[in-house]
Amino acid sequence: MKIEVRGLTKQFGSVQAVSDVSFTVKEGELLGLLGPSGSGKTTVLRLIAGLETPSGGDIYIDGKRVNDLSVQDRNIGFVFQHYALFKHLTVFENIAFGLKIKKWKPAEIEPRVAELLSLMSLDALEHRYPHQLSGGQRQRVAIARSLAPRPSVLLLDEPFGAVDAKVRQELREWLIRLHDRLNVTSLFVTHDQEEAMEVSGRIIVFSKGKLEQIGSPAEVYEEPATEFVARFIGAMNILEGHVLNGMVKIGSLQFPAPNISDHVHVQVGFRPYYVKVAEDPHRYRQPATLRHIYFLGVAYRLEIETGEGLILRSRMNKEEFRQYRLEVGQPVSFAVTHFRFLPQEGMSFPSSASSQLLDAGPLTP
Amino acid sequence: MATYTLLQLALRSAAIGYVSLLILFPLAAIAHQSFIGGIDHFIEDISTPQASSALVLTLEAAFLTTVINALFGTLSAIVLVRYEFPGRWFLNALVDLPFAIPTLVTGLMIAAIYGPTTILGMWLQEGNITLLYAKPGIVLAMLFVTMPFTIRSLQPVLMELEREQEEAAFSLGASPWTTFWKVTVPSVLPGLLTGVFLTFVRALGEFGSIVIVAGNIPMKTQVASVYVYGEIESYNPQGATSVSVFILLISFLVLVLLERLTRPPGERMPRWFRWSKRPLPMIHPSEIG
Amino acid sequence: MTRRLFIGSVWFYFALLLIGPILYLAVQSFDEGIAAFWREVTKPEALHGFMLTLEITAIVLVMNLVFGTITALVLVRQHFTGRTILSGVIDLPFSVSPVIAGFMLILLFGPETILGTFFGTLGVKVLFAMPAMVLATLFATFPFVVRELTPLLQTIGTDTEEAARTLGANEWQVFLKVTLPMLRWGFVYGATLTVARAIGEFGAVLVVSGNILMLTQTATLHIYQSYVDFNYVGANAVALTLLAVSFAILTVLELAKAKTAATLT
Repeated sequence: MKIEVRGLTKQFGSVQAVSDVSFTVKEGELLGLLGPSGSGKTTVLRLIAGLETPSGGDIYIDGKRVNDLSVQDRNIGFVFQHYALFKHLTVFENIAFGLKIKKWKPAEIEPRVAELLSLMSLDALEHRYPHQLSGGQRQRVAIARSLAPRPSVLLLDEPFGAVDAKVRQELREWLIRLHDRLNVTSLFVTHDQEEAMEVSGRIIVFSKGKLEQIGSPAEVYEEPATEFVARFIGAMNILEGHVLNGMVKIGSLQFPAPNISDHVHVQVGFRPYYVKVAEDPHRYRQPATLRHIYFLGVAYRLEIETGEGLILRSRMNKEEFRQYRLEVGQPVSFAVTHFRFLPQEGMSFPSSASSQLLDAGPLTP
Repeated sequence: MATYTLLQLALRSAAIGYVSLLILFPLAAIAHQSFIGGIDHFIEDISTPQASSALVLTLEAAFLTTVINALFGTLSAIVLVRYEFPGRWFLNALVDLPFAIPTLVTGLMIAAIYGPTTILGMWLQEGNITLLYAKPGIVLAMLFVTMPFTIRSLQPVLMELEREQEEAAFSLGASPWTTFWKVTVPSVLPGLLTGVFLTFVRALGEFGSIVIVAGNIPMKTQVASVYVYGEIESYNPQGATSVSVFILLISFLVLVLLERLTRPPGERMPRWFRWSKRPLPMIHPSEIG
Repeated sequence: MTRRLFIGSVWFYFALLLIGPILYLAVQSFDEGIAAFWREVTKPEALHGFMLTLEITAIVLVMNLVFGTITALVLVRQHFTGRTILSGVIDLPFSVSPVIAGFMLILLFGPETILGTFFGTLGVKVLFAMPAMVLATLFATFPFVVRELTPLLQTIGTDTEEAARTLGANEWQVFLKVTLPMLRWGFVYGATLTVARAIGEFGAVLVVSGNILMLTQTATLHIYQSYVDFNYVGANAVALTLLAVSFAILTVLELAKAKTAATLT
């Protein structure tokens, strides 16, 4: 089922929760709605579900305008953050609930529930009550319940928020496998960018009710369209300066800005792994002092301080780290190999210009 | 294994001792008294026309009170929890009033406003409805004193009921009506049952207000508690004991039934439920006076 | 709209059952004028009734605070066989009719009983005197303080007390400086309910006190007496006074409820 949202707005009293949001969800896609709390992502989800009514705009499910359709009639599956399992019913009865409402015959209900129990690895738990289950089990029951009536769309509201880290990881993998198998169009809301990147086919980033960017995890990560997205996704070093004679000078760093007119205030962003650090103070042009070393399991994060007192983050993989003998307080040298200018409001240069800069190759300002 | 200090053990003994002396001893005394004459005497005593009519009257009135208060109490609880309207805080505070007013004063108030001297009273008389010294008055008095129970038992459960459960039902295609009966009601049933059963037990024992409103007409408006009072004043401990013990037994059975009905699901009785040993609601049955 | 219907019905129900009668009592008590009201409220029998009620309430309040706290602490913090039984027994007074409660005391302390004769030889009159009235009221009010403190104690837990100990406080200091202050509003709430109940106690004291004028006649008994003597103005006047006190109690109750709720969140 294709979902289309046009010009969606929602107000709660004087609060503008969603402002002019438009996007299309492809059939069978697994789309992540990402953003901090209050960004409107959950509201958008609930609007699509029919749990809230839009203040403006239209929602289309499979070409049909559903604004006036009640949640009961939209044939969607909704998974809540805190499961919302029916406490007075067993696992079996929870999953069968939607089927009973749709007046399925008992002979049809049983095999369907059994199918879902097995799909979500809940066999042998069918006679248990929610309070007798673990968090992860409850969430799987919630997912099974929403899938039982064969919805055309699956909506998940921070589905893994209420469980602990290890279980969350397992549930993520569940969701991916499930989606591969069933191919139901799915939207899920999360504030965890790692989760969004890992699970989604595409991500929509929200901030303050507005749609900031929509794209694949790689696109959103490598080519953030706005300053917000750049800051929100992954770590980023961000420096500010003015363009003068086609250059942005920040401290002793120089960033060429050929397509930007003079005196424009810009923000320069570069990811930590594009900050190359070497033990040899002469290897790279820029000197700095090593301030902190953090072990991240897969790599090391280094914090260096430039001569002008700027703190920059660098990421170094284990093999490289082991070549050196780095200690806190040690003088090092560094270089920024790739950077981009972050689009500001009112900026006049096209975003393609910054992606050119990104591919400008090793830059040793 | 916890080992307790001397102080802790002393406190424990103090608590157990105090409770035994204050509550268990008197109960033992009446239990002892009732068995002195044996079972036959017991049955004899409660079967006298006066005693049995008092018991029947009390049970009937208490039952009627429970039904009315269950209905209106549920409605009131829903309105107080779900809706916002001017004066809500006032109504909510008013619910606690029966806990604060002496039952005797309750009786006077009801007698005053529904008695023959007032407009309301005279209007009722025209319609051939007598409240004072009649059964309706008894029920009215019982209604007043038991009014908070259902409401206060339901409120916390209603507030706890997550909006999400109802939305989940909606998302699965259930209409608001179906959701109410299949999701909301079962969820709040323990609270409702608690309120209902406590109402019944409280109404059974009510004395102060009924004595004023209904008087003491044997066979007509004499409830069990008033009957017992009469027997005590007439130096007839036998009669008083048997009816007292009968009422106590019924109360006891009702409370035990409540406990079993509100047990968490999946434990011994899978059909009935109360999922956690929730501490009793903040307001308590304050008066049986 | 169903909403309007619901809200309207609830207002009607409350008006019929609560608001109406209260207003009317207020009106009735001043039926013969303020002078008559004042006369009835200040005559010696009434004043004695008020005093007696006050005395009994004070004693009961202190006893309940002390033993209620002890029992709550023991119930929550200690585990022993018979704990569930203790918990169940504590709730019993709620389900016993006051007349029956009074009767049980008569059976316990009557002239032909062990306890009765025991106290008799000591020269202490239990029945038809203060001791019995206090006992009857104690019976009826015992569960309040305990039941208000137990959920508080359970929710608050022992963490803050343990913290105090690590900082060097001894048991007594922990109790006075940490435990009691945290239970503050539970006390107020339990005490308020106790006072309300004690003032309003009627059936049990009627039975055990003998209703001896100027001696064992509490405020409620005085009202009853006036009523039985057809002195309606008198009965209503004293009743209204007690009602006013009830309203004051109710206000304190609501305040305490709000504060305890704040502690628990």
